[in-house]
Amino acid sequence: MIEQLIQFLDVVSKSPHLPVLLIAIPLVAAPLLILIGNRKLVQILSLIVAWVVFGISVAMLGRVLATGAFEYQLGGWPSPYGIVYRVDHFNAFVMLFVSALGALVLTYSPPSVAAEIPRSKHYLFYPSYLLCMTGLLGMCVTGDLFNVFVFLEISSLSSYALISLGKTRRAPLASLQYLILGTIGATFFLLGIGLLYQITGTLNMADIAEKLAASDAKRAELVAFAFMTVGLFIKMAVFPLHTWLPNAYTYAPSVVTTFIAATSTKVSVYAFVRMVYTIYTPKFAFETLPLDRAMVVLALIGIFVASIAAIYQTNVKRLLAYSSVAQIGYMLLGIGLATEAGVAAGVVHMFNHAFIKGGLFMVVGCFALRIGSVRLEDWRGAASVMPMTCFAWAVGGLGLIGVPMTAGFVSKWMLLTATMDAGNLTVAMLMLISSLLAVVYVWKVVEAIYFSEPSEKVKAAKEAPLTMLIPTYVVIGATVVFGCWTVYSAEIAQLAAKALLNASGVVQ
Amino acid sequence: MTPETFFGLFNYWIVICLMMTGFYIVISSGNLIKTVIGLNIFQTSVFLLYITMGKLTDPVKRVTAPILEGGHGDSHGDHSAHGEHVAQVSFEEHASEQLHDAVKHAHADLSEAGHGGAEHAHEVAEVLYSNPLPSVLMLTAIVVGIATTALALALIVRIREDYGTIEEDEILELDKELQ
Repeated sequence: MIEQLIQFLDVVSKSPHLPVLLIAIPLVAAPLLILIGNRKLVQILSLIVAWVVFGISVAMLGRVLATGAFEYQLGGWPSPYGIVYRVDHFNAFVMLFVSALGALVLTYSPPSVAAEIPRSKHYLFYPSYLLCMTGLLGMCVTGDLFNVFVFLEISSLSSYALISLGKTRRAPLASLQYLILGTIGATFFLLGIGLLYQITGTLNMADIAEKLAASDAKRAELVAFAFMTVGLFIKMAVFPLHTWLPNAYTYAPSVVTTFIAATSTKVSVYAFVRMVYTIYTPKFAFETLPLDRAMVVLALIGIFVASIAAIYQTNVKRLLAYSSVAQIGYMLLGIGLATEAGVAAGVVHMFNHAFIKGGLFMVVGCFALRIGSVRLEDWRGAASVMPMTCFAWAVGGLGLIGVPMTAGFVSKWMLLTATMDAGNLTVAMLMLISSLLAVVYVWKVVEAIYFSEPSEKVKAAKEAPLTMLIPTYVVIGATVVFGCWTVYSAEIAQLAAKALLNASGVVQ
Repeated sequence: MTPETFFGLFNYWIVICLMMTGFYIVISSGNLIKTVIGLNIFQTSVFLLYITMGKLTDPVKRVTAPILEGGHGDSHGDHSAHGEHVAQVSFEEHASEQLHDAVKHAHADLSEAGHGGAEHAHEVAEVLYSNPLPSVLMLTAIVVGIATTALALALIVRIREDYGTIEEDEILELDKELQ
C-alpha cells in the first residue's frame, strides 16, 4: 500500500502537467466547493486542495533545482502563439512560500474562522480563499503578460471579498477603499500591457523582451513602463501608495489578514521584478530612467514613516500593517541595487518576511480568538495565561527586528552587505537605524504582554487551542530554521538572482 | 501637428478624455456610487484603447472584421479568399499554428500571383482584416470590470445598511463620533 503510494507520488511528481495543475486544481475546486455547500466538507476539501497545491509547488521546485527552468504550453500551442507557463528558480521559489503559507494558514484557520465569520458564510469563505491563492500562484507561474493581469484581478477580487467579511462595519469600507485603489492599479497595469502589445505585437514575456531590445519606440516604452510600475506599486503598497493597506489589514478577519499580509504584496513585488529584469532590462529601468534612485528614496521614506507610525499604534493589527509597509521598503532597496547580491537579498527577504509576518499575524489571530480584542491595552499581562502564544510573538518579533539566528537577520545581513558593496554607506546606516525602530514597536507589545498587570479580558482568557498553536509554531519555527540553515532560502534566492541578471533582457 | 494627424488620432483623444474624466470622478467624488461609476469610465477608456489598436483603417482598401468567409478548408481555390490570407499576415505574430500554415500558403499564393499576373495580385491586396486579439483580450477585461463593479456595489449596499449613507465624508464623521 505505502509502496504503491510512493510509486504514485513519484509518477505524479514527474508529470509534465504540474504547472497547469497548480492553477487548475484550486480554480476548479472553488466553484465545486460552493456547489457542495456543506460547511464541514468544504473545510476539509479546501484543506486537502491547499496541501496538494503545496505538494505540486515542492515538486516543481525540485524539478527546477534538478534540471533547470521548464515550460508548459497550454493546449499544446507553442510560444509565442499560445500561452505558456514558465517555471524557473525565481518563481518556483515564490510559489513555494505562497503555497506553503496558504496551506499552513488554512490549517490554522478553523477556530478563528468559526469565531470571526458568520457560520452561514463559511462555505463561501473557503472557496474565496482558494481563488485568492489561485490568483497569486497564477501571477507567478505564467509567462504571458495578459495572464498576469487576469490572475492579478482574480486574486484581488477574491481578497476584496475576503476583507469585507470582517466583523466590524469598517470592514466593507476598508474593502471598498482597497477595491478602488486596487482597480486603478490594475487598470494602469493593463494600460501598460496594451502599450507594450502595441509596440511588440506579442504578449509572451520572453518574446516581448526580445522585440523590445530591437524596437526604437522609446517613448512608448517609457510610458508603458511608467504605467506598469505605478500600477504594481499600488498593489505592493509602496509608500506613498500604501494608504489602502493599514485599513484593509486591520478590519479583515484575522485569517484573511494573515494570508494576505504574508503573500499578496510579495507576489506583486515578484511581478515587478519580472517586469524590470525579464521584460525590460535593469539598464533601461536604472540608467535610462532613474528608477533606482526613486526607489531608494521612496523605500527609505517608507521605512521610516511607516515604522514611526507603527510605534504609535495601539491596535496590534494596524501596528503590523504599518510594519509591512516598512518591510516592502527593504525589498525595494535590494531590488533597486541591480547587483546579484542586492536582488538575492530582496528576494530572500520576500521569503523570510512572508514567514515572519505570517507567523506574527497568526499570533494576533490566537489573541483575537481568546481575548476577543486586538487592542494592546486588552493584551496586557497575557503571558500569565497564554505563555505559548506570547513566546511565539517574542520569537517572531526578534525575526522582524533582524536578531541573529532568525530569518530576518539573514535577509537584513545580505541586504546590508549588498548595499555596502555597492558603496552606498548612507543607505546602509539608515537601514541599521531603521531596524532600531522595529525594536521599539516589537518591544512595546512584548512589554505589554510580559511585564504588565493582567487586564480584565486577559483574566478570563485561556491558552489558544493546539490546532492553532501548532501551525503558528511551524511558521515561527521556520523563521528560526531559515535563520540558521539557508540552503533552501538564501541559496535558492541567489540562484534566482543570478539567473535573472544573466538573462536580464533576454530569457532562455 | 497637422489637422490630418490630429483627426487621425481621434480615437486616442477620446481615450484620454474618458480616462481623465473617469479618474477625476474617482478622485473628486465623495459619493461612493459616483466613485464606482467613475472607475467604470476609467476602465472603459482602456477597453477603447485596446480596440483602437486592433482596428485597421486604410484609405483605399476595404477593412473588415476578421471573419472567414466560406470556411477555411475550401478557400484555397477561389480568389476572394486570398484576402483573408493577407489579413492574416498582418497579425502573423499571433496566428495560431493553423493560421501560420495558412500564412505560408498565402505567401506561396502571392509569389504565384507575382508570376501569374498583376490582376491576381491586385485582388489579393483588396481586403484587410482587423486584429481580433485585442478585442478578445478586452472581453476578458470587460468581465473583470463587471465583476469589480458588482462587488463594489455589493459592498456599498452593506455600507449603506451599516451607516445609512453613501457619502464618504458623512461615513468618516460617523466613525469619528463612535470613537
